[in-house]
Amino acid sequence: MTETIALLPARGILDQNWRKIVNYGLLIAFAEIFIALANMPVALDDFVLIEPILSLGYLFLLCLPLLLGFGIGREKVLEGIADHAKGAREVVAGGCVGLLGGGGLSLLVLLLDNFDLRDPLVNWSPQLLDLLAFDNGVGFGVVIWLAIGGGLGLLGGSMHLIPPIARRVVATMALAVLAAAVLEAILSDMSEDLYLEWLADWVYFIRGGVTLHGAVAVAAVAAAYALWGSRAVKGAKATFQALEGAERRQANKVGLLTVAVLTILLPLVLGKITNELLANVGLFLLLALGLNIVIGLAGILDLGYVAFFAVGGYTTAILTSPNRGDSWPDWLPQLWWVVALLVVVVLAGLTGLFIGAPVIRMRGDYLAIVTLGFGEIIRLLFLSDWLGGYTGGAQGITTVPGVQVFGLATVRGTDPRAVFYLVAFFCAIAIYISWRLEKSRIGRAWMAVREDESVAEAMGINTVNVKLLAFVVGAVLASFSGAIFAAKVGSVFPSSFIILVSIVILIVVIVGGMGNILGVIAGSAVLIGVLGGPRQPGLLQELSEFKLLIYGALLIWMMLKRPEGLIPNVRRTRELHQEEFLQDAWLKGEIDLDDEEGNGGEVAPA
Amino acid sequence: MTTAMKPKAAPRTGVDWFLLLIKSVMFFFITTGIFLFILQQIDPGNPIASRLNDDATGLTADQFEGLVIAGISQGAMYGLIALGYSMVYGVLGFINFAHGEVFMVGAMTGMITSNKLAEAGAWESNFIPSLLFIVLLAIVVSTLTAIVMERVAYRPLRGSPRLIPLITSIGVSFFIQNVSVVLLGPGAKSYPDLPDWLSKKREIWFVSVEGTRLLVVCVAAISMVGLWYLVERTKTGKAMRAVAEDKEIASLMGINVNRIIVTTFAVGGAMAGVAGILWGIMFRSVIHTTGFLPGIKAFSAAVVGGIGNLNGAMGGGLSLGTAEAVAPLVILEPWGVSGVSQLRDAVAFSVLILVLLVKPTGLFGERLSSDDRA
Amino acid sequence: MSGERLLTIKQLSVTFGGLDALRDLDFHVDEGEIVSVIGPNGAGKTTCFNMISGMVTPTAGEIIFQDQPLTGLDPNQVTARGIARTFQNVRLFANMTILENVMVAQHCRTKQGLWGALFQTAAFKKEEEDIRAWGEHVLGFFGTRLIGYRLDQPASTLSYANRRRLEIARAMATKPTILLLDEPVAGMNPKESEELTGLIGKLRSEWGFTIVMIEHDMGVVRDVSDRVVVLDHGETIAQGSYEEVSNNPDVIEAYLGRPAEEAS
Repeated sequence: MTETIALLPARGILDQNWRKIVNYGLLIAFAEIFIALANMPVALDDFVLIEPILSLGYLFLLCLPLLLGFGIGREKVLEGIADHAKGAREVVAGGCVGLLGGGGLSLLVLLLDNFDLRDPLVNWSPQLLDLLAFDNGVGFGVVIWLAIGGGLGLLGGSMHLIPPIARRVVATMALAVLAAAVLEAILSDMSEDLYLEWLADWVYFIRGGVTLHGAVAVAAVAAAYALWGSRAVKGAKATFQALEGAERRQANKVGLLTVAVLTILLPLVLGKITNELLANVGLFLLLALGLNIVIGLAGILDLGYVAFFAVGGYTTAILTSPNRGDSWPDWLPQLWWVVALLVVVVLAGLTGLFIGAPVIRMRGDYLAIVTLGFGEIIRLLFLSDWLGGYTGGAQGITTVPGVQVFGLATVRGTDPRAVFYLVAFFCAIAIYISWRLEKSRIGRAWMAVREDESVAEAMGINTVNVKLLAFVVGAVLASFSGAIFAAKVGSVFPSSFIILVSIVILIVVIVGGMGNILGVIAGSAVLIGVLGGPRQPGLLQELSEFKLLIYGALLIWMMLKRPEGLIPNVRRTRELHQEEFLQDAWLKGEIDLDDEEGNGGEVAPA
Repeated sequence: MTTAMKPKAAPRTGVDWFLLLIKSVMFFFITTGIFLFILQQIDPGNPIASRLNDDATGLTADQFEGLVIAGISQGAMYGLIALGYSMVYGVLGFINFAHGEVFMVGAMTGMITSNKLAEAGAWESNFIPSLLFIVLLAIVVSTLTAIVMERVAYRPLRGSPRLIPLITSIGVSFFIQNVSVVLLGPGAKSYPDLPDWLSKKREIWFVSVEGTRLLVVCVAAISMVGLWYLVERTKTGKAMRAVAEDKEIASLMGINVNRIIVTTFAVGGAMAGVAGILWGIMFRSVIHTTGFLPGIKAFSAAVVGGIGNLNGAMGGGLSLGTAEAVAPLVILEPWGVSGVSQLRDAVAFSVLILVLLVKPTGLFGERLSSDDRA
Repeated sequence: MSGERLLTIKQLSVTFGGLDALRDLDFHVDEGEIVSVIGPNGAGKTTCFNMISGMVTPTAGEIIFQDQPLTGLDPNQVTARGIARTFQNVRLFANMTILENVMVAQHCRTKQGLWGALFQTAAFKKEEEDIRAWGEHVLGFFGTRLIGYRLDQPASTLSYANRRRLEIARAMATKPTILLLDEPVAGMNPKESEELTGLIGKLRSEWGFTIVMIEHDMGVVRDVSDRVVVLDHGETIAQGSYEEVSNNPDVIEAYLGRPAEEAS
């Protein structure tokens, strides 16, 4: 480990990076004005976080000066180089940034009052001015935001003065309260079946939002976790990773069993709406797992992934619905869903080959656009009047029956719990397939192709076949999701298979963690669950208007700051931060500089 | 793999045979379609037509002319947008997915400004100055959008693995589209009415063209001339060509590579802005998704013409526009495909796929930087 | 020591945009030989390797390996036939572990696919065992340097010399008949070069590979080659033993140029 180098003394208050402050401040100002004009504060005001003081609408406005007030003081600490101690300078910097940011809103208040901004900015509602001015006059509005901005900025900056542990505790508390508020629907739902209604009633306000005492309690628990609980968790994790061989396998089995039991029990304690949400998350998770194989393991950017989803959905509909198009010959049987699934798999595989063959040798960028083109062509074909006799055209195919499970039960969209179990079953299959393939000869070939395709070819790998295989596996998984989707919704329309779906799945995979199964699960749960799917609402229904905006911003943010995703694949992180990784390894002495013997069998140096 | 597709001497693997099959089928489909069309024109009641295509009416000369002109004017707009894609790909080696949104921003700016001018009465009374004004404003706004995009989202990623900037640009595209939605609302918005003297049909040589289409083609031509002058005759243009050829060496020659890259984005943005106004004039309606499909088609046009090749971009645009307008009726319909106008977009994508299968370097040859070439 | 003719190159030519990189190149390799290919920079040596390994298509000429034509094959097909290579500027799979590098190189010699991986069949498990074992065996050729705890470390953490060794090990792992080594000792210090030279001999005597080697270090060339082929401007200008070639006036001229009074 590198030794900690003594800190240099804190810098003076006037020794600021003024340019950076101005940049950050203007950034906040623009962002705040944009958020306000996008009508987020008003639209989201109904979603109360902490009753009665904080709503989601205000949170968006308030968090920026706070976070960036803290951010301005952060500097990149280079290994082996001394850093300045933090002092009043950072606090003042935060304050200045916040002040500038708040000034943006003050300016907006003035503008709203004096000019007609409605043309062309139609989206902001008339209540915006009142909301910004807290129902007092314009003058108040102007002053108050300067004060709020500056105050929050100072607060953010002062976070530098407390030790890192305290910061972690504060952050954990804030996140916990936020999570409690966001997850209210699920938690209060669960509480009913777990006889914890009294707890839910105490923590949550009847009409939504966490009560003040509830917030305090949640914060206290979170603080306790941050201080003591997290260490226990880390210890357990370390013990787990140290296990080897038979013990490890045992521990893995126990873990998997626990997850399985939880997955089976969870829907039983949740209400209909939440189950519907979970089923949705599951459907998109299945799609994301498939795309993860294509892009995360094989490194192929397929933007037309929705095409396979469509093939799965339409094939299922055509084979199971009595109302398929008129042009189909009479001898085409109406099959059970399970039987139709076999046909779906074959057709999806063939489609994968058909689309994959031409594109597999193209440059990455071209491949992306061409697959996008294929996705659109397929959707247009399904939409067209020409094939309308077979696919229902714009009217789609309706009355798709549910899934009959060996005559025992029928899974229909009206029973979200059953849908969830079906989806979970297929997700488990998808996870199994991803896991096994990654640790196999094929997985290694995919890794090599991702690293250096020409060299992989020189080492004897038929890159075309290997990439096609990834394509086909991804196609089959997407078609599973399509088949379930058709049965769940009971109908298929071309409008369900738009490019938006491909892009949202892409964002989920990337934000969650490309190439990492856990990451993809986390990404789906967080994004689809909280924000919602391309056309489906999530937990925060109020955010529906802004959902896509947030997705876009999130993708840009992740690619700039953390392209490996939330829960990264270790190898991917190495790929994406090669230079930094190498430098760190060099500094820590993990690279062999001299040509020493490897001491085969001994433990690596620290 | 540095070339778009590795050229094969003779088909060897299963994939090669499959691709050969596809190419043959498409070739057969297209040539037979054209043949059937010609047959239809000569004799609408011919036996093949009555089996495949019952209500075959064929096209009158006027209709055909109309289609071709529509295709050319559409293609001119695609070409202007394609310039931006081509230039950025030639210099930085990635597709700026968000370039379509730069175009949309230009169109939106035009919409806002023209409506304001119409309110003030200036649109009707001083049309030409108004038009010039909105074009200028659209150029400024689009250029700014492109420059900010480069600075914020792409410059930090210079040198990242290939696909990272592309994915980021998808995010940027998504983001800008939705900024438009949340600020301006999700509905379609329209341009004010155009003065009659502009929209009426005129006789030029032997064709009759609507004034708006004529305007589109003329403005596109003027822009190309301007671009040609910039790239071939100015110092900046020379620097741009140098940077497009080889960034490292160009910097060794004293060229400020960053500044030239910004200029490249700016010029591409300006062209897209002009295209935005033309689109607005042509179709009189914009919505946040206006940039998406034309953007993809414009990129296809850039590839079809030869990526990195500016003349190729415009050539590809014109080709794609004409193909899109003419092919559904000339190739698809004789085969009995109904409702062909719905399949226009599918035709555009098919052209891209076909060109990439048959001649991946494009119709006029690609011009890539030395890092991207073989 | 030499056996039958393994590799024949006839009239091989390739042109890159007006430049003749190779011009009617002729040479051959017999089984069990160690042939060195030398020549001044730009002579076309690596281009020749690129041709043989299928990464570049020749414009004219033939390459015949074990009586079968090699021209026009994909690189992976060439490797499957039995020719493996290393690269001048080491091109490892940097983010894969050392063991994975030599495991993935066995791709064309193994066949378990989707079925085996998904159902964890006995055949699959056995093949994985075998792949691992062969990989470790190949790595063991370089002593204890690349084994032990190093097996699971990413290749990017290796020192330069170890990377060159891994590169060779990876080529060995493909179970080839001919090994094409492109400047195997470039950048190594004298001690490392000497050690590697000895190992190259062992590659032939203990492991049975036929070796074609591009080298600039004449000491290595002298110590280990059976035969030396000299290229200049894309053509073979001399062939023979090291002694013969080093005294050949054309070769000397290619490297050092003509004395001043002769140049008119």
